[in-house]
Amino acid sequence: MSALPVHRWPAGFALLATLGLAGVALAALLAAVPASAPVRLFDPYTVRILGFTAFQAVLSTLLSLAFALPVARALARRTAFPGRGLLLGLFGIPLVLPAIVAVVGIAAVWGRNGMASALLEALGLEGLSPLYGLSGILIAHVFFNMPLAVRLLLPAWSAIPGETWRLSAQLGMGSGALFRIIEWPRLSAVLPGIAALIFLLCFTSFTVVLTLGGGPAATTLEVAIYQALRLDFDVARAVLLALMQVAICAAIALLLAASGRNAASEAAAGIAAQRPDAARPGARIFDAGSITIAALWVLLPLGAVVAAGLSGPLLSVLGEREVWLATLRSLLVGLGAGAVALTLGTALAWSARDIAVRRGRVRRADRLELAGSLNLVVSPTVFGAGLFVLLLPLGQVFSFALPIAALVNGVIAVPYVLRLVGPALRRTAEHHDRLCAGLGIGGMDRLRLVEWPAARRGIALAVALAAALGAGDLTVIALFGNQDSITLPLLLYRALGAYRTQEAAVLALLLVGLCLALFLVIERTVGGRTRT
Amino acid sequence: MPRLHLIAATALLGLAALPARAETLTVYTYDSFISEWGPGPAIETAFEAQCGCDLQWVGVDDAGLLLTRLRLEGKNTEADVVLGLDTALMADAQASGLVENHGIELPPLALPIAWDDPVWVPYDYGYFAVIYDSEVLPEPPASFAALVEGDDPAKLIIEDPRTSTPGLGLLLWTKALYGEEAGTAWQGLSKRVLTVTKGWSEAYGLFLDGEAPMVLSYTTSPAYHLIVEETDRYRAIDFPEGAYMQIEVAAMTAATDQPELAREFLAFVVSPEFQKTIPQGNWMFPVIELGDDLPQVFRDLPRPDKALLLAPSEVSLQRGTWIAEWLNAMSQ
Repeated sequence: MSALPVHRWPAGFALLATLGLAGVALAALLAAVPASAPVRLFDPYTVRILGFTAFQAVLSTLLSLAFALPVARALARRTAFPGRGLLLGLFGIPLVLPAIVAVVGIAAVWGRNGMASALLEALGLEGLSPLYGLSGILIAHVFFNMPLAVRLLLPAWSAIPGETWRLSAQLGMGSGALFRIIEWPRLSAVLPGIAALIFLLCFTSFTVVLTLGGGPAATTLEVAIYQALRLDFDVARAVLLALMQVAICAAIALLLAASGRNAASEAAAGIAAQRPDAARPGARIFDAGSITIAALWVLLPLGAVVAAGLSGPLLSVLGEREVWLATLRSLLVGLGAGAVALTLGTALAWSARDIAVRRGRVRRADRLELAGSLNLVVSPTVFGAGLFVLLLPLGQVFSFALPIAALVNGVIAVPYVLRLVGPALRRTAEHHDRLCAGLGIGGMDRLRLVEWPAARRGIALAVALAAALGAGDLTVIALFGNQDSITLPLLLYRALGAYRTQEAAVLALLLVGLCLALFLVIERTVGGRTRT
Repeated sequence: MPRLHLIAATALLGLAALPARAETLTVYTYDSFISEWGPGPAIETAFEAQCGCDLQWVGVDDAGLLLTRLRLEGKNTEADVVLGLDTALMADAQASGLVENHGIELPPLALPIAWDDPVWVPYDYGYFAVIYDSEVLPEPPASFAALVEGDDPAKLIIEDPRTSTPGLGLLLWTKALYGEEAGTAWQGLSKRVLTVTKGWSEAYGLFLDGEAPMVLSYTTSPAYHLIVEETDRYRAIDFPEGAYMQIEVAAMTAATDQPELAREFLAFVVSPEFQKTIPQGNWMFPVIELGDDLPQVFRDLPRPDKALLLAPSEVSLQRGTWIAEWLNAMSQ
């Protein structure tokens, strides 16, 4: 085995493009505006918001995962019900919605005049207490991340070979035993990574926390960074706070990774087999309940967004050339981000796979992947400003707005590729390295025959996520913006800023449609027709 | 290969040989000013016809980001004119040495206060206001004091002063009315507040969706609903204590290489042609008397008895302390 090559350069290249880029951008920003006074990082204000930021992120992560586990298990057991593919496509949408659209959708369900209160009152009960506060933040974060967790967890089940199910049936295992003996070992291998990803997303949440949090007590570190840069123009403080955010997130992600276990995986011969507990009535009811609740959880707020859009001035908005140009720009940014994320993420996962499987240094490989994920928590406010300063000497910075948006969103989406493609790559190495070496299969043949079939579903979902994130992006290029780079989310905010809520609702619908199309098309073409 | 070089060289020569293009004036502003609903497009057409030049808009997210971008670019900025800062931000921009005296003669202005700033040319103004939904809340708080002190359960959505202009406006409004006692006023207000949003769009969107019957916005907001939606459902509360003003301003940058053209534009800013795009483009009041060009709805809007405004230099100096005070009072 040790004769097999270990490719380190792809990871080197990917780290240079992710962490290296962020480092250079932050350094450029610091150099452009030197600190005028020493920065006090740990003042009572910062300490207080740090506590709140971590607290809400931990709670949000735990709730998202607790909700996602039964739902993912139900979806794994029910591989063929009508609308399953569409539902999974829709599960990708919440994460990529612009904050304001998500907030309005959530308020339509959970707010004062929302569906939930209306239902309770129709039943003669009291309506819900106000949404705003910790409950609002948690509802929003579970709305974004439960569906994401489900999509990230599902591949763990499809990696269980049919032989295992058949054997467990012969042994007469019940549902509990199946979970304990077969499913949990595999889940516990992927859960820490998924938990870390969700934690990082919630830690850096900004608009949603502020808007649904009810008051300034609900402030995340990202707000302090924004305040330092935009309001006080204290660049040194902004950069240091951003670095502190990265350091804290890295430490917590490392802790989580250390708690993970490595499941021995076995070769799947690709023989499909029904798991023995799927047909039991209890399981049927449980699965139907889980899937229904999860579907309502995601679809009701989305449905409110869609309904508002449909009742808006559809024809006049969709008849405008600028709207379609903006849609096209968003699509291009999205596809660009997808390509960047795939290139960098696969490069990292490739090296990490070699190190983990061929050298047996699993921890080191995990840390390498973690390093590549950290751009997710580099404050977009500071990252954007740093890139702006970096590109300033080139002149006419605004003409770079769209490529920069694609690049930055691609870099930010690398963790999704790692979570979705990494495990498949490691599995193929574990099972096929020896065989490939024996048969002399290498290079393109190995890529085509071995790696691609195993990784294509993960690749498709990761690229779709990255593309949708890029299409919905707003923050990083705010500094760059100009007339010729108006994207769909920007147009949406313009409409809102001009009181045009109805036009904005149509644009939100268009954005949801674009993201859904990205998911369905990319997953069906790149991912192949096999069900996940 | 040599042939290819030849083609490239010819193309380059061709470009160089083109007649010199008309001068370009680059104006930085906030994004909503130049959107299809904003006044930007009409202003561009009118000014280009007057100057025979090319007016290039660069729009960034909001006023705060506009100042950030100018500061990051410093002397290397492409901007000849910056349009979109307001009375709460202008002292900061001036202190950074980014802007230059305009040296032009302004026409008589219709601002509620005297204006003799040598750098900043005002282009519109408005008053912050609490807008209420008259169908849900027929009897809104009658005074600012009642809003702050009353135990009426009707809720209000406000914006965060750390991230939004109206949010900072409310903070200054309270400071102008209560001075040292502002902390107590904010504590009272915090019981009223349903939530504090990042920006105006989030707050106003939630208000229109019926999440709360009151929102912090501008006295001109009802004009939009009257003119475009033909409804008087949404109204501004006319507080007897007065309303805090926002004056939006433009200035020539210190780094401009087109000072003459920049001055011409600043003079254009206070001309009727520019000013008449403001009411229904930016939903603010024009800074000169427009006569019949001011829509009837704007003429009928109630004007506050007292226009409140703190000195920009004081705002710039104290903002940090006041925000800390606000955070402390509102977090209890």
